[in-house]
Amino acid sequence: MNLYDRIPNNVNLSEDKKLQRALEKWLPNYLDWWREMGPDGFQEKDVWLRTAIDVGSEGWAHFDYVKMPEYRWGIFLEPPKADAIVGFGDNYGRPAYQEVPGEFRNSLRRIIVTQGDTEPASVEQQRQLGKTCPSLYDLRNLFQVNVEEGRHLWAMVYLLHGYFGRDGRDEADALLERRSGNPDKPRILEAFNQPCDDWLNFFAFTMFTDRDGKYQLSALAESGFEPLARTCQFMLTEEAHHMFVGDTGLGRVVRRTAQLMKEGDVRSLGGIPLDIVQRYINFWFSYSLDLFGGEISSNSADFFAAGLKGRYQEAKQYTEHTAANEIFTMQVVEDNQLKAREVPMRNALNEVLRGEYVKDCEKGLARWNKVLADEGVNDRLYLPDPKFHRHVGEYAGHTFDIHGNLISREEFDKRKAEWLPSMEDREYVRSLMHPVTEIGKIANWIAPPAAGIKGKPFDFEYVRL
Amino acid sequence: MINFQTAPERYQHWKLEVNGPVATLSMDVQEDQTLAEGYKLKLNSYDLGVDIELADAVQRLRFEHPDVAVVVITSLKPRIFCAGANIYMLGSSSHAFKVNFCKFTNETRCAIEDDSRHSGRRYIAALNGTASGGGYELAIACDEIYLVDDGNSAVSLPEVPLLGVLPGTGGLTRLVDKRKVRRDRADVFSTLAEGLKGKRAQEWGLIDGYFPTSKFAGGIDSRVAQLVSAQSANPSGIKLNPLEIESTSGSRHYKYIRVTLHREQRYADLTMLGPDGPQPTTVEQVQELGDAYWPLQAYRELDDALLHLRVNEPEIGLVCLRTEGRVESVLSVDQFLAANRDHWLEREIIVHMARVLRRLDLTAKSFFAIVEPNSCFAGNLLELLLASDRSYMLMDDQNSVAVSDLNTGALPMSNGLTRLQSRFLAEPDKTDEVFQKQRFNTEEAEEIGLITFAPDDLDWEDEIRVAIEERTSLSPDALTGMEASLRFAGPETLDTKIYGRLTAWQNWIFQRPNAVGPEGALTNYGKPTQAHFDYKRT
Repeated sequence: MNLYDRIPNNVNLSEDKKLQRALEKWLPNYLDWWREMGPDGFQEKDVWLRTAIDVGSEGWAHFDYVKMPEYRWGIFLEPPKADAIVGFGDNYGRPAYQEVPGEFRNSLRRIIVTQGDTEPASVEQQRQLGKTCPSLYDLRNLFQVNVEEGRHLWAMVYLLHGYFGRDGRDEADALLERRSGNPDKPRILEAFNQPCDDWLNFFAFTMFTDRDGKYQLSALAESGFEPLARTCQFMLTEEAHHMFVGDTGLGRVVRRTAQLMKEGDVRSLGGIPLDIVQRYINFWFSYSLDLFGGEISSNSADFFAAGLKGRYQEAKQYTEHTAANEIFTMQVVEDNQLKAREVPMRNALNEVLRGEYVKDCEKGLARWNKVLADEGVNDRLYLPDPKFHRHVGEYAGHTFDIHGNLISREEFDKRKAEWLPSMEDREYVRSLMHPVTEIGKIANWIAPPAAGIKGKPFDFEYVRL
Repeated sequence: MINFQTAPERYQHWKLEVNGPVATLSMDVQEDQTLAEGYKLKLNSYDLGVDIELADAVQRLRFEHPDVAVVVITSLKPRIFCAGANIYMLGSSSHAFKVNFCKFTNETRCAIEDDSRHSGRRYIAALNGTASGGGYELAIACDEIYLVDDGNSAVSLPEVPLLGVLPGTGGLTRLVDKRKVRRDRADVFSTLAEGLKGKRAQEWGLIDGYFPTSKFAGGIDSRVAQLVSAQSANPSGIKLNPLEIESTSGSRHYKYIRVTLHREQRYADLTMLGPDGPQPTTVEQVQELGDAYWPLQAYRELDDALLHLRVNEPEIGLVCLRTEGRVESVLSVDQFLAANRDHWLEREIIVHMARVLRRLDLTAKSFFAIVEPNSCFAGNLLELLLASDRSYMLMDDQNSVAVSDLNTGALPMSNGLTRLQSRFLAEPDKTDEVFQKQRFNTEEAEEIGLITFAPDDLDWEDEIRVAIEERTSLSPDALTGMEASLRFAGPETLDTKIYGRLTAWQNWIFQRPNAVGPEGALTNYGKPTQAHFDYKRT
């Protein structure tokens, strides 16, 4: 069988010589990267995974046992719409770009490379987690997330190979050369260089950081560059599962903690106290907010004007698509005080997208707080103020407390351990991380899920060890 | 009013660290410490205030730290070296200010190259992060460029694709003339907003090498160590003290420079006093006298006065250059300097004089030299006369001008020629005649062509008055263009190309609707609206 017949796709790969030539070189490097940086210790195990073999409602969720290096990573785009238009910006209403417009080539490439870089990064961040899985169910979910991040990398590489010539091929190679957390060749965005070495980190990462991915993909899914829009639309269906893993994972930790709180001291009972959960939320939420970029941004204005990156649900939510004359008011730090400043809407689009994201995160918090209420516990979890602990944008370089009040660096340092995970917290959480791989069993610090995967029970053999 | 004087202990944006033979100049721009309102100096972008400190540091290294063999220019900001001139500052500045800003920053970069050429100090650009626009132009003024290879950091000249203007500090010229990057590659590089990273940047000759993050500091250190061992040690330096300036609304007085402003008539008198009293006769005495030594102090003051007139007195269109003192005193200082030019301090003093005189050549104001009997246009001060657009010498037996050894090549113009050579391009033998005769009264000076006009005392006052009134009535733009065209006859050098193209191309493009019109690229940078060009080629 031809190599390309094994790659599920709806881009006519078996006929596309240009794409074949690019993949010929890249594919072996990708597999080397997967073996070197993919899940450590489980490459030869059978995992019950979902594979997209078609974009139709049946094909995108095909379940079977598969060894991860043999996973059929594929290339899928949402089917094209007739008469697609540029949906926003200065070229609103013109036919969508089917090829890269020369004047936007560099901007588009940068957008795609930045998005693409996050996909392999998270696989690298999570590669040791399998060894401490709380259950086979969770282990399988981890690997599902990992292989899909791999497929998302493929999706971005498809765009680079298909539309950006030699530069695109070079950038695709570079995506396999950078390494999360390596000071010499770090991943582009800082959240993707943070260690993700325990399962609480993993759930918080998939809840908060993957959710940034959802919003970036949603904004790109509106793009006037149609291949990008269609690629991102399909990726969003998979991204939803990653957030499900994070959202329900943290929810199950919260449920278990609440149960233990009723029995006695959570720590001595081997659970994760709520204040530690809160500090992990604070850490990952704030780092994930940075991923949206500066509050006031010339890039955001340029990308929107050019029709490259829209707003969240641009087509559905908005009736006016140029955003040319609107004003957005935000808080900025001036003379060491918070002051309101009016910014042209197009320059504030990062902040607008961040706002949508925060609203979505709040829903997750509400679900967890409902778990606490259902369990009869009075404590509640919350999101820190978006100004807290920021490293990018208007608030970087200033220090805020968890409620968003401007405070001195000394005070921040003094109170840091209240708000962010300490070494001690991290060590405690790590001390709980012992693998549970017996079918149907689960670690003591987390509650079992309400249901299994695709109708299978919790005690199904999701991974054959 | 913009003050060009500063000192390391007052720097806001740079840290100067001297460690034996190695100096490190680290850029750490404080974004709120701007010269004007309305912009923030983010990402190590700069305004004139930042560059004034850099110019001061380069100058100070030469006089105060002659033992330094290698200067490392780097940044204290993580992942960013320098983002170049601040775009919002440029957007909110008048055209005249932009031009003066660009000229000064160019002079600073040329001063780095001048130091490297004459004093042998090696400048290393240690790019610990992205160097874009003026950031890369600062790097390219150094002898060697090393870039961190972190998968992100790049060198770039994004002016054309991003802003619709040109790199304003010699970047394009240095790419092809200094680093000799192939023109087609330079074309690609200069239209690629995001620039090039380590490997390709080195292949194309844009940088000299690259190191991964963890080996960056070590890589720079070992290159520095190689360069240091190749240099011989120099003795200790002298201190450059702050200049004492008495300033009123109509005048600016230094010890050896007096500027009188005639605002109504839009001209100034600038009088430079020659050396007074006994002058040192050994290099040790000069070292002891330090910055109070006449040729150093007087020219530092002249430098400051020129910068002040350029930036703070834009409506003064004409400067009448005058001198006061004894011709013999100037000649004996010159004789001493010429005889001791191999000693580091005398060499630095001479090349400093040369730089200040070039600053005068490049100043967009008319200069008339006014030669009267108590004047001392001799030797180095004769260069003031030769640098002027024209000269008036009173017909008087007591009046004379003279040459010294310093006029033979120690004080070259940007075009690499002496001012006498530039003056006598049509009759090169005249320069030999001038050096044979050495001293000239008015009649002789007019005869050989050293001066323009020689009115007698009956006509003198009226001639000067009419000349001033006529000059200041002409279009200032046309005068600037005309003077710049006439001053630099003869061959081109890197410097003349840089200034010529700055004046002709950059300043033209800076004025065009495609840059600064309501739909221009510079106007719309960072705004929610996009640029729209008039695509007709001019």
